[in-house]
Amino acid sequence: MKIDIILAGVGGQGILTIAATIGTAALQNNLFLKQSEVHGMSQRGGDVQANLRISDKPIASDLIAKGKADVIIAVEPMESLRYLPFLSKDGWLVTNSTPFVNINNYPDKDKLIKKVKAVKNNIVIDADTMAKEIKAARSSNIVMLGAASSFLDLKYEDLEAAIRTIFERKGEKIVETNLKALKIGKEAAEKQI
Amino acid sequence: MQKILLLGAEAIAQGAIDGGMSGVYAYPGTPSTEITEYVQRDKLANELSIHSEWSSNEKTAMEAALGMSYAGKRAMVCMKHVGLNVAADAFVNSAITGVNGGLIVTVADDPSMHSSQNEQDSRFYGKFAMIPILEPSNQQEAYEMARKGFELSEKFKVPVLLRITTRLSHSRMGITRLDVIKQNENSLPGDPRQFVLLPSIARNRYKGLLNNQINFEIDSENSGFNNYTEGTNKKLGIIACGLALNYLNENYPNSDIPYPVLKIGQYPLPRKLVEKMFGECEEVLVLEEGAPVVEEMLKGYLQREKVKGRLDGTLPRDGELNPNLVASALGFEQDEAEKIPEIVSPRPPAMCVGCGHIDAYVALNEAVGTFGKGRVFADIGCYTLGALEPYNAINSCVDMGASITMAKGAADAGLIPAVAVIGDSTFTHSGMTGLLDAVAENSPITVLISDNFTTGMTGQQDSKALGKIEDICKGIGVAPDHIIVMNPTRKNHDDMVRVLKEEMAYKGVSVVIPRRQCVQTVKNKTLAAKLKELNLK
Ligand SMILES: Cc1ncc(C[n+]2csc(CCOP(=O)(O)OP(=O)(O)O)c2C)c(N)n1
Repeated sequence: MKIDIILAGVGGQGILTIAATIGTAALQNNLFLKQSEVHGMSQRGGDVQANLRISDKPIASDLIAKGKADVIIAVEPMESLRYLPFLSKDGWLVTNSTPFVNINNYPDKDKLIKKVKAVKNNIVIDADTMAKEIKAARSSNIVMLGAASSFLDLKYEDLEAAIRTIFERKGEKIVETNLKALKIGKEAAEKQI
Repeated sequence: MQKILLLGAEAIAQGAIDGGMSGVYAYPGTPSTEITEYVQRDKLANELSIHSEWSSNEKTAMEAALGMSYAGKRAMVCMKHVGLNVAADAFVNSAITGVNGGLIVTVADDPSMHSSQNEQDSRFYGKFAMIPILEPSNQQEAYEMARKGFELSEKFKVPVLLRITTRLSHSRMGITRLDVIKQNENSLPGDPRQFVLLPSIARNRYKGLLNNQINFEIDSENSGFNNYTEGTNKKLGIIACGLALNYLNENYPNSDIPYPVLKIGQYPLPRKLVEKMFGECEEVLVLEEGAPVVEEMLKGYLQREKVKGRLDGTLPRDGELNPNLVASALGFEQDEAEKIPEIVSPRPPAMCVGCGHIDAYVALNEAVGTFGKGRVFADIGCYTLGALEPYNAINSCVDMGASITMAKGAADAGLIPAVAVIGDSTFTHSGMTGLLDAVAENSPITVLISDNFTTGMTGQQDSKALGKIEDICKGIGVAPDHIIVMNPTRKNHDDMVRVLKEEMAYKGVSVVIPRRQCVQTVKNKTLAAKLKELNLK
């Protein structure tokens, strides 16, 4: 088993929580893992990504080679496209449709979504609205994780267990909210596959 | 033991804790910051009372670590690559004094300049100081090198440079810990003059260092961090330094590299192993992250054709390596990668919504306008982002502290008034001495110390300047009525512009302090308590 994931977003949008959840699930299964992150300047509202690699054999490179990513999980639509050079021919692009606009020349949203939908395997969901509907606006990242969950080669229950581990400190209510966010993301994506 | 998921930086911290370290000394700097932060929050480190407070700058950190080593204990000092420029005097001389307790100098380089002004390669410094260098190929090895590095340092009685790069520092992997080594007891150096670098003593010690070079080399030849893997195809031999080894392995998923491979994790280079490779291979490809340090040594001045790497275009001369670059260096065909769609715009970092630096710049731009453009010397921190649209507020950013001194030099040249913009943490890092120069000559400069109570850019670490800036400026000799604190808000805009214009018109040193808490720190309770105690807001 080997899976290469790129997580994409804007500094502050919580992609590292997605990474930590997947990573925890992987370690609980005794898999090898490498997770390359962006720290520093770009975290101030710049574009950020994480390369997450999981395998049942030792992993060499911290970085994923071009054309080799199995999945891109993006919490922002423009950022999903930035890493297209890394997506493999049969890879999945799973993105949130809500733009995060902090630059003047942000492209037209409809054109952007059209471009995303032109990618062979894509899933586009409005994670922000869905998260708000379950009164968990801050869990839109976990909704995205749910949407991508069937492409990760990890058992859904393992992701649930990882969510419990990660959010345990914050109390049972937060755990439950995030489990719900994970579920609605998964269900929304299943409708599109 | 169960594996723990750690960043490379954190693995080094854990390795040092487990290696019997008594103190870490550092000034924040990407990508090295997380080492010290890990020690600060680690339970075991706290139980063992391992020192982990931030230092004012890299030089003070280096010297304090050397002092701890003098007293017999194991110490680590951490910094980003440009920090080693600041610490260089202490660093180079520490190779001559040598150490008592083990001393590891951990320096994190930033090839491709993700968060830096340059991509200098610290291995040059290690070579310059003539000390052993360790360079891990992955996070587990980083852990082991930090743990073992103290022993190596104590064995040869010299500091050891541990060199990492961004990618290793900021990538996580499951780490297997080894047992915890006890800290050293206090002890004085055997020779009471070891650390007294008077010329007569220094000459002797320098000879000792020179004589030791051969021992460092022999140690490298026997080091577990270096190894030679035989290969059947001798057309090529590959020298892979540190992290570059992974990009090589990535291109052979079935571990079937046909060529001999020399993995380098400890310097000086293991001469015998390098000679073996040159003896048996037609060509040698050097894979190294950063500058062509090893390649240049092997190629020499005469450009020996046989050596391939960054100098002959086999690999790019600058920037970080990756699996694709290494694949082309190995001659693998690669599919044309998809391009980033044109619709994607760049998204550079920016100052946060509600940041006080913004209001200070809006006022400064208006005030400077009356004197003419091109006179604002800035410094390093979040406020450097004032160089970008829509502010275009600054004309320089060179190295920490350079704002005040460059403004002074420009004023000396007749660019009057000249303005400096510097953050609170940068001011105490290396702005104070420059301010003293300006005061000594009553230079017509206006210094904005944009105080947000924190070391913002690197992730909101404590600022040594907290609550001290006015007193420091007074102590240095700035006239008290030209030290003016302001609250940078939109409401105060007109006031700020007026004050700035007045101070810029003044023919001497003035300090204007726009002061507002960094928005990223509003939830920091420890800081809130300190601000309350100091009556700051
Ligand atoms: C010699 C050196 N050390 C460390 C750094 C890393 N660094 C860049 S900005 C910065 C923080 C500056 O803090 P401050 O001056 O208070 O400004 P702020 O970011 O809070 O606005 C640091 C530590 C560096 N660039 N150079």
